[in-house]
Amino acid sequence: MATIIKVDNLSKQYGDFTAVNNLSFTVNEGDVYGFLGQNGAGKSTTIRMLLTLIKPTGGSINLFGKELTHHRSEILRQTGAVIERPDLYKYLSAYNNLSIFAKMSGIRVTKKLLMNQLQMVGLDKVADKKAALFSQGMKQRLGIAVALVHDPKLIILDEPTNGLDPQGIADMRNLIVRLCKEMGKTVVISSHLLSEVEQIATRMIIIHKGEKIVEGSVDELLDPSHTAVELETTDNTATQQLLQSTKWNNYLQPDKQLQLMMNKELVPELINELVDNNVQILSVNSSHSLENYFLSLTTQTGYVEAFAN
Amino acid sequence: MWRLLQIELFKISRRPRTYIAFIAIAAIVSIFQFAFKADGQSYMDLMMQSAKDEFTFDRIQAINGYFMCYIILNTLLIQVPILVALIAADSISGEANMGTLRLLVSKPISRTQIILVKFAAATIFTIFLLLWMAITALLLSIVIFGTGDMLVFRTKGENSQIMLITKDDVMWRYYAAFAYATVALTVIAALSLFLSIFAENSIGPIIATVCIVIVCTIISNINVPIIDRNVKPFLFTSYLVGWKGFFYIGTNADGSTIKGSLENWPAIRKSLMILLAHIAVIITASVIVFKRKDILS
Repeated sequence: MATIIKVDNLSKQYGDFTAVNNLSFTVNEGDVYGFLGQNGAGKSTTIRMLLTLIKPTGGSINLFGKELTHHRSEILRQTGAVIERPDLYKYLSAYNNLSIFAKMSGIRVTKKLLMNQLQMVGLDKVADKKAALFSQGMKQRLGIAVALVHDPKLIILDEPTNGLDPQGIADMRNLIVRLCKEMGKTVVISSHLLSEVEQIATRMIIIHKGEKIVEGSVDELLDPSHTAVELETTDNTATQQLLQSTKWNNYLQPDKQLQLMMNKELVPELINELVDNNVQILSVNSSHSLENYFLSLTTQTGYVEAFAN
Repeated sequence: MWRLLQIELFKISRRPRTYIAFIAIAAIVSIFQFAFKADGQSYMDLMMQSAKDEFTFDRIQAINGYFMCYIILNTLLIQVPILVALIAADSISGEANMGTLRLLVSKPISRTQIILVKFAAATIFTIFLLLWMAITALLLSIVIFGTGDMLVFRTKGENSQIMLITKDDVMWRYYAAFAYATVALTVIAALSLFLSIFAENSIGPIIATVCIVIVCTIISNINVPIIDRNVKPFLFTSYLVGWKGFFYIGTNADGSTIKGSLENWPAIRKSLMILLAHIAVIITASVIVFKRKDILS
């Protein structure tokens, strides 16, 4: 499988502030690559460096096997992007917006091509309507059409579900899956809605304060051994003390009462032990969603170290 | 590049603010024409007070289309920089404000191309603006007031001077004056474009451009020898009204005017060169700054 993106020791410094620090990752052909991190983690800065909007202060970026700085135009011809908001020329129609960006991408533009593209994102009926009159969801779809109009091999979507309603989010998810499975595109997607990425990404990276915390396939990262278990009992403080005096202390999350990070298969044993100790359990919530995993990684340093080991 | 320029011109043509400048010029010119049609003789009497004896009024149709255009240009060419800044200052900052700059820069177009195309589009806008001025201030004035020999009032140091240009010697001077004004206003367009790189909405660069023009114009009009020698030669505003040089006609030793001549062509040529140098420096600086800029909008 060909490597589409190869980033090595990428850094971006703004004065004393380090936005991205020695970040390395690889995206392979056909991946839906999730780019995850809290706000300010450095996701957008990294994505902007991939698109030559921001100049790195260190490291290298190779796309399609070529160094980005020296083969910029060639690389960007094969890349489509929606960066944060799908902002377009508000005083122009959807058709004209698409036409302008298609021409800028260096392709031969025909009415048929543009209308097909608008049809793909469900905007063919409003092709002549000004973008200023579009809802956020429609703008997002037009942004996607702009990103795809020149048939790029790589599509970079920075926070593409921002401002979308649940139906819009679902549509976007379906579109990304289609892009990958039916059209063979490689997609990089960053989002703060981690549950969304969880459902579509094949591989992902989690970054925090500009540094990589973990990178791997979704299957690996959602290993059941990293299940978050939350307990609620009639006396949480006493239960916490009880757990601290047993082997379960190793799984307790610091600063969080009655939350354990453990293999899901151990949950019955935990409950039996609590019952044996006359603890009255009100509820047990376990989840291994990426959101919990992501929050654990980015807020609990101890857990990061445990995972890394 | 041509494709990009077509796109840029298309975008400019579709923006309502583009037409503000054309409407403003048409409105100001119409007011002038109406005022002179209604009571132009009072103005002429005032201007000619000191020279009545020297000219035979019967021979000269003083208020004619050529004269009107000269009066209008004298007034308008000071305000037009603001109208040019309206569009040019929006070149990059407007894209940043709309959020389209990041999309533009992530396309396979070099940043140098973006600046050059934006500059070319702003220059074409300036040319159209001046063509519009030529149509409204010159052609329309000719239609309303007719043609005739042209009077030119000139202040030279402490003295006032009135020159007469014969009817058949006027039009080429207007062509040259409009061409010169295009170069002069293109400096303003380049300056606005440069300032727009630093901003994320167009208000800042428009105000900054106007402030720079006002400050430099004031300095250009301060008559202190040290400023005359060391500052004025480097200010573009010292050359903005150089178009008037095309209406300063050469004279013989006996004071009679020489048809088809210019009083000081080398000075006009030097002014043009300095304005072109300003454009080259500002656009080069724009390319360098824009190439280094991180697009964070």
